[in-house]
Amino acid sequence: MIGFATEWLGRLSWHAFPQATVTRGAAIGIVLGGLIVLALITYFHKWRWLWREWLTTQDPKRIGIMYIIVSVLMLLRAGSDALMMRAQQATSVGTHTGPFSPDTFQQVFSAHGTIMIFFVAMGLMFGLINLVLPQQLGNRDVAFPFMNALSFWLFTAGMLLINMSLVIGEFSAAGWLAYPPLSELKFSPGVGVDYWIWSLQIAGVGSLMSGINFLVTILKNRCKGMTMMKMPVFAWSVFGSMTLVAFSFPILTVALTLLYFDRTFGMHFFTAGGGGNAMMYVNLIWAWGHPEVYILVLPAFGVYSEIMATFSRKRLFGYTSMVWAVWGIVFLSFTVWLHHFFTMGAGADVNSVFGIATMLIAIPTGVKIFNWLFTMYRGRIRFTSHMVWFMGFVFLFVSGGVTGVMLAVPAIDFQVHNSLFLVAHFHTMVVTGVVFGYLAAISYWFPKITGFRLHDGLGKIVAWCWSVGFVLAFFPLYALGFMGATRRLDHYDASLGWQPLFIVAAIGALTIATGVVFQIVQLIVSIWQRNERRDITGDAWDGRTLEWSTPSPTPFYVFTKTPVVTERDQFWADKQAGTVQRGYEDILLPKNTGVPIVVGGLALLVGFGAIWHIWTLVVLGLLGIVMAIIVRAMNDEPEYILTAKEVERLENARKRKLKEVMA
Amino acid sequence: MSEVTTTLDLRRVEAEATSKTTLGFWTYLMTDCVLFAALFAVYAVQHGNTFGGPDGYELFKLPYVLVETLVLLISSFTCGLALLALQKRDKTMVLTWLAVTFVLGAVFLGMELSEFHAMAAEGNSWRRSGFLSSYFTLVGTHGLHITIGLIWMAVAGTLAWKKGLTASIHKRLTLLGMFWHFLDVVWIFIFTVVYLFGSLHL
Repeated sequence: MIGFATEWLGRLSWHAFPQATVTRGAAIGIVLGGLIVLALITYFHKWRWLWREWLTTQDPKRIGIMYIIVSVLMLLRAGSDALMMRAQQATSVGTHTGPFSPDTFQQVFSAHGTIMIFFVAMGLMFGLINLVLPQQLGNRDVAFPFMNALSFWLFTAGMLLINMSLVIGEFSAAGWLAYPPLSELKFSPGVGVDYWIWSLQIAGVGSLMSGINFLVTILKNRCKGMTMMKMPVFAWSVFGSMTLVAFSFPILTVALTLLYFDRTFGMHFFTAGGGGNAMMYVNLIWAWGHPEVYILVLPAFGVYSEIMATFSRKRLFGYTSMVWAVWGIVFLSFTVWLHHFFTMGAGADVNSVFGIATMLIAIPTGVKIFNWLFTMYRGRIRFTSHMVWFMGFVFLFVSGGVTGVMLAVPAIDFQVHNSLFLVAHFHTMVVTGVVFGYLAAISYWFPKITGFRLHDGLGKIVAWCWSVGFVLAFFPLYALGFMGATRRLDHYDASLGWQPLFIVAAIGALTIATGVVFQIVQLIVSIWQRNERRDITGDAWDGRTLEWSTPSPTPFYVFTKTPVVTERDQFWADKQAGTVQRGYEDILLPKNTGVPIVVGGLALLVGFGAIWHIWTLVVLGLLGIVMAIIVRAMNDEPEYILTAKEVERLENARKRKLKEVMA
Repeated sequence: MSEVTTTLDLRRVEAEATSKTTLGFWTYLMTDCVLFAALFAVYAVQHGNTFGGPDGYELFKLPYVLVETLVLLISSFTCGLALLALQKRDKTMVLTWLAVTFVLGAVFLGMELSEFHAMAAEGNSWRRSGFLSSYFTLVGTHGLHITIGLIWMAVAGTLAWKKGLTASIHKRLTLLGMFWHFLDVVWIFIFTVVYLFGSLHL
């Protein structure tokens, strides 16, 4: 019996199911929630619809929407992790113990960071790129639609794996980057770190494929006349970001694989003995990790550029310098990874080089900030919720930039290394830079996706809650860092006098949570009032770039005829000249396919098997993936033609329907 | 596709698709370059960390590795011949040279595995030291790529045999050729950095 169990179940046994009340509650919640969703789909007979319209789709707009849905759900999960941390640190003082055990607390902060970066920020980014990029380039699709769907399903497989750790086994307690030797088998003998490794590995392969896909899309899928210097700045920033993906994600793949080899096959890459070198891991992970920050923030910069030009009703100031700033950041981001571990002991010379390189990044970033501000200068500004997001971003992001330059000075870094000062700094960069940007982007492109605008008054409240809440939640951490509070504390002494500041931070976190509640209210209210908020023209904000020339919501064929470009803001120029690009043409579109979701499911099995050492499952999963790819390769007609006549018919039907709704 | 009359220039569409795929595959090869660069860097850091175990000077048998190298180089040459035959649309020669390439690739892989096996049998497995962990991982990753290349070759060869040299098979064989030459280049670096430098006691 025992032989059978180890052969077929690996390390998996009944003990893997949660024992502690908190985790058991979360596990039951997740399972119940999942079951309710499945039951509802079955009750309303929606399986066929779901499979045909969504699960097998290769339409980048649908894939983008699915990315955003997954990411928003993950934002709620990792956001509740954040609230748990704030609750612990506000109450776990002196003789009081907080609500969570140290081990649970460690899993919570590890999950928070990992999910926020990989399954919230990355997912929102890829979702928005899918929704917007092809249309901005005056094209219908990405370069490789099949690979695009595959990327999404691998991303989802990684997401499912990380959430399975709540129900079966445990999650990593080694922080979001799992530094060895703590993450080695000797000090983390459970399956937590393996969950971390495999959910990132699977999602990471998906990200790498997306990176290649969008690079080729930008280089090859631009419409007629759109030279590189006529591309919207969002496309440029995606170009920079995806270049970083292509160059940095292989390093993550290597670092994760080597850590897994150490833990599973007894190798000695990062072990404390046996000729291992833990600092090598730290170098590898940051050679990926630093560019990763810019991968996330560059497209958000692109979003701000679009928003500033549209809502200032003015062409973007300093387009060429924006492009050069993107590439300056791309280049510099590969030259600064050592600033994450100045205390390693590389010596004054090495630290100085990396310190100066780090400070240099402030220059191209500063160029971008000034360009946005100059875009507003003498513009006809509309102060919508997008502008509130931008104002919150620009003030807070500059403050984070300033503390970043402080941290770039090795002498200061030695003092505040690993403290809450650092935590405050990088949250300022990622929350105000990335999250504000993508939330503004969702509300900016929402009418393009759904056909109606979000309630802007509520949107302003949301943006204010996030901005004010952010100041309350993170500015006290700067002070606490100076007072000596290190990061990841689950308990501290009352005599330190830190508790009031931690309570302020908790109030800040609650303010942000209020913002999230308002966001949900905003969504419900907007759906309720969708007919009066409907965007009839397709040009919801008097936009400048090509995606606003298509109807809202964008039909699956996007353009009835692909546009021709002679200007930078082509759609704006067309509107000024009063010309409309019309006509119909035959369109080649990808057929639906179930292969990507099947490969995603098989990858999930491979990951699960590798975590629990169920090798049969790993082998079967890999064989299945190879078979699925061969089946796909045998398919000689993955596309179909939509004739011009059919496009015209569909387009007329769409217009009729819109008229009926409006009447 | 063919039964629908369309104003689309399908040959141009096909050519555009091929150019996208080629660029995409080049980009993938660049990312694979980064992956190998990271593994080389790890090897460079760890090649001295023998932890009391043997170093490369004691372990590597240069004549054996030289034969391995020549087998792979010749397979790259025969792969080139298959691609030349593809340009001439000579199906028999394409399949013949692909078969030769496949056999040579399999021989290379077999030699590598038997070398690995011999080392592990003497107690010098990847568990022995940081040096050996990085050696097995770097060389083994190349071997894994060769394995994937062989599977690909078998599938593409079978498809070419059954369906003839269609446009999609033409495209896939071209990519396979790029992949195979790329693995050859990586091996030259492995031969130099791992085996030659290792045997020089560097």
